Amino acid sequence: MQKNAIFQSKLLPYALVAPQLAIVLIFFYWPAVQAVIQSFLLQDAFGLSTSFVWFENYLELFKDPAYFAAIVRTFAFSFAIAVSSLSFALLLAVMADKPLRGSMLYRTLLIWPYAVAPPVVGVLWVFMLHPSLGVLSRYLRTLGVDWNPLLNGDQAALLIILAAAWKQISYNFLFFLAGLQSIPRSVIEAAAIDGARPMRRFWTVIFPLLSPTIFFLLVINIVYAFFDTFGIIDTMTRGGPGKATETLVYKVYTDGLLGGNLGSSAAQSVILMVIVIMLTAIQFRFVERKVTY
Amino acid sequence: MANVTLRSVRKTYPGGFEAIKGVDVDVGDGQFCVLVGPSGCGKSTLLRMVAGLETITGGEIDIGGRVVNQVEPADRDIAMVFQNYALYPHMSVYNNMAYGLRNRGMAEAEIKTRVEEAARILELAPMLERKPRQLSGGQRQRVAMGRAIVRQPKVFLFDEPLSNLDAKLRIAMRVEIRKLQRRLNTTSIYVTHDQLEAMTLADILVVMNGGQVEQIGNPLDIYQRPATTFVASFIGAPPMNLMPLHSDELSSQVTGADGAGIVGIRPEDFVISGETAPGGVALGLTVEAIEHVGAETFVYGSRQREEQGVAANPGDLPPGEVIVRVPGTSGPAIGERIRAVAPRDKLHLFTADGRKRVGQ
Repeated sequence: MQKNAIFQSKLLPYALVAPQLAIVLIFFYWPAVQAVIQSFLLQDAFGLSTSFVWFENYLELFKDPAYFAAIVRTFAFSFAIAVSSLSFALLLAVMADKPLRGSMLYRTLLIWPYAVAPPVVGVLWVFMLHPSLGVLSRYLRTLGVDWNPLLNGDQAALLIILAAAWKQISYNFLFFLAGLQSIPRSVIEAAAIDGARPMRRFWTVIFPLLSPTIFFLLVINIVYAFFDTFGIIDTMTRGGPGKATETLVYKVYTDGLLGGNLGSSAAQSVILMVIVIMLTAIQFRFVERKVTY
Repeated sequence: MANVTLRSVRKTYPGGFEAIKGVDVDVGDGQFCVLVGPSGCGKSTLLRMVAGLETITGGEIDIGGRVVNQVEPADRDIAMVFQNYALYPHMSVYNNMAYGLRNRGMAEAEIKTRVEEAARILELAPMLERKPRQLSGGQRQRVAMGRAIVRQPKVFLFDEPLSNLDAKLRIAMRVEIRKLQRRLNTTSIYVTHDQLEAMTLADILVVMNGGQVEQIGNPLDIYQRPATTFVASFIGAPPMNLMPLHSDELSSQVTGADGAGIVGIRPEDFVISGETAPGGVALGLTVEAIEHVGAETFVYGSRQREEQGVAANPGDLPPGEVIVRVPGTSGPAIGERIRAVAPRDKLHLFTADGRKRVGQ
């Protein structure tokens, strides 16, 4: 070990790590601790008095049907986003895996959307599907669809899912393509000689061999749908119409910053924190073990 | 049961590279054909064309009386054993073998009978429920074989199936493959770069070089009468000694060598002796190195430095170096001057370009 030879001073290694540690402590741990403390407090409407209320904020939340609805909505969103973006990305990856001319070009093009920031994604889709401005809305209306996501909650939800899934396709595509390319060619050839037609080959050989990638992406996508869709929701629907697109993360924002109910908002963030920790734990546990097939 | 016939088969890649330059091979029913050659000679490509994994850009491949150029691999009634085994890693040994049968809609009871029979032959019965990653290299190899034999195909194709095994296991599996093929009497095509494997397995040996067939025939015939200097030096280990005939002590010694430019002598055909047979060859050598293998000893000797190299083939000896095989462990010492003698009927004569055999 050369450790001691490189660092003659004991302070130097700490000094080198300090900036990173400072960032983590100031921007992650401090707010997290603040949130936990805040979640035990109750303030009056004018912020004049604050009292320590133990778990009252949490109990209020669990009694609140609106919060329960937000949980269900968030899970439904996550599921829809993960499934649609995973399946579409897999389809694209399977197509792109074939040795075709110009494959580098369309592989590159397919990766681009990942570089677009979520709020910009929201704006893009709003432009396309805005009831009065959108290009696609006109066609939908000529087809007889009463398209108005500003008033229709289901359509607004669909719009969010569409935009959020679209953005994540690139990321999933990249992983699926890498996953497909790591499957030995000869295994697929063996299956072809064994009489398996392309579809059967896909479902009995390729898909099972991709299962570690699929699992990894499923967790990543759920985390994404939970937390990173804030920008998309904020630019597209602001949680509306009504509360049709208000996810847990967006509710933290509306209740805390817009509604001024800091105690409840903090309690909600703590619950979200627990969910993230759980998802990360699941991912580490299984990805480390590489999901045996 | 089927013949496999290749008629002026060609493969040209889109870039213009010609991997196979017109190959004609006829493998009779139940015969074991080995394609052998150095890496890059096109032997694997040719096998993959028979399997249907590579397109055929010219000529015809005929399996059992049917031209299969446009037939999908699944419909050619062949089974292939890959170099890396290509087992399905997520399936048990049983399912690996059953997969091809299930794809063809065979009844589970029949599948069970066939898989268990194959497992018995290949001594895989205790590990049917294991996954490939729980098996050793040799066991995986046997599963790959099992997957081929349960199908009872018309033709077995082997793509360097033993090259991932260690030396001892390779010899054992080589014998097993030969016994199995005899027993099942299924037409087989086997690709290898190992000339020993090729010699020991083949009924018909096809020596390939640069996308072309150099020689086809019975392995011993090829060994005894190589058609070109390439075959002469590729088949046989250590390789045949090839020496130019011109302006050299050799040209005066060898009789009846009209049109020949190169003389070849196998290391075992030399005798270290004082006598010379009429028309034979006697070389004065300085011993440079000795290799003791146990049952035999290889003596590396150098001649006078004036000779120029013969057409360079892979694995050829450096010009002026001669290998002599001596039985047992006796042999000369390093630095000693010896006389290596070979009779006339043991000489192989080739044209100066090495492309043609001259005379006997």
